[in-house]
Amino acid sequence: MKLHLWRRYRFCASHRLHSEQLGEEENRRVYGKCNNPYGHGHNYVVEVAVSGQVDEATGMIANLSDLDAFVEHEIIEPFDHKYLNEEIAAFQKNVPTAENICIEIFNRLRVFPHASLERVRVEETGLNSFEYAGEPAGGTHEPHQ
Amino acid sequence: MVYLTRKIEFSASHLYHNPAFSAEENRRVFGKCNNPHGHGHNYVLEVTVAGEPDPTTGMVLDLKELKEILQREVSDRMDHRFLNYEVPELSGQIPTCENIAMVIWRLLEAKITRGHLYRVRLYETPDLFVDCYGEGRGGREREGTAH
Repeated sequence: MKLHLWRRYRFCASHRLHSEQLGEEENRRVYGKCNNPYGHGHNYVVEVAVSGQVDEATGMIANLSDLDAFVEHEIIEPFDHKYLNEEIAAFQKNVPTAENICIEIFNRLRVFPHASLERVRVEETGLNSFEYAGEPAGGTHEPHQ
Repeated sequence: MVYLTRKIEFSASHLYHNPAFSAEENRRVFGKCNNPHGHGHNYVLEVTVAGEPDPTTGMVLDLKELKEILQREVSDRMDHRFLNYEVPELSGQIPTCENIAMVIWRLLEAKITRGHLYRVRLYETPDLFVDCYGEGRGGREREGTAH
């Protein structure tokens, strides 16, 4: 049977949306309030889905303590209470939109050794969310909430 | 194709213990969930049925019918039960969210005769849940191939 095991995590961070490829005026027009030079923050929620065979001995796709420790090390520790633009290398060149955060989190978690990463969902606020499932050879995934 | 989701809640207790493991290994693998007295959760189950609305009624299936199926197959079996001892479908298995979701899928699949069961999502807590797609491949890949 096809199963996805989902786990929900949280981190709080600040960011500023500003593209080096756009002028000051254009940045203000595109990003609005999010272009504030001092940055601003969110309480991010991250949902991670993994899949794999259910181990008969444990009833589990992956032991949650392994998944939690991996996500803690790869995501929560580096992202929580940080200024993403300055403190996460990827966002020194990519704008830390929730889209790019979602992709960065997926790329960091794809090497989880105990199950296959299926999907990452990021809520920037309770009103907007973003999903990324990698780039499969046969086409793109669709969200399916 | 329309996807219809019905939600129910049930409360149950369980414990994780594999008799093939030593006491020490059970504690190491299952942590707090190995407490021999068990512990409980408020489970939330979301069942999604996919289908085309009937041209006469406008419904994929009658929600009342789905509600009765969920009551009979899931709530009557699992609500306010100790899952390890009182649910025969789980006997011999560790009642993890994964295994409970698969049992619920098997209980429901044949009972849903209008549309088809697309997904069983079982929340053990708001921070831990499992999606079961049966033998489908997951996501929307099943669309257009199942019927």
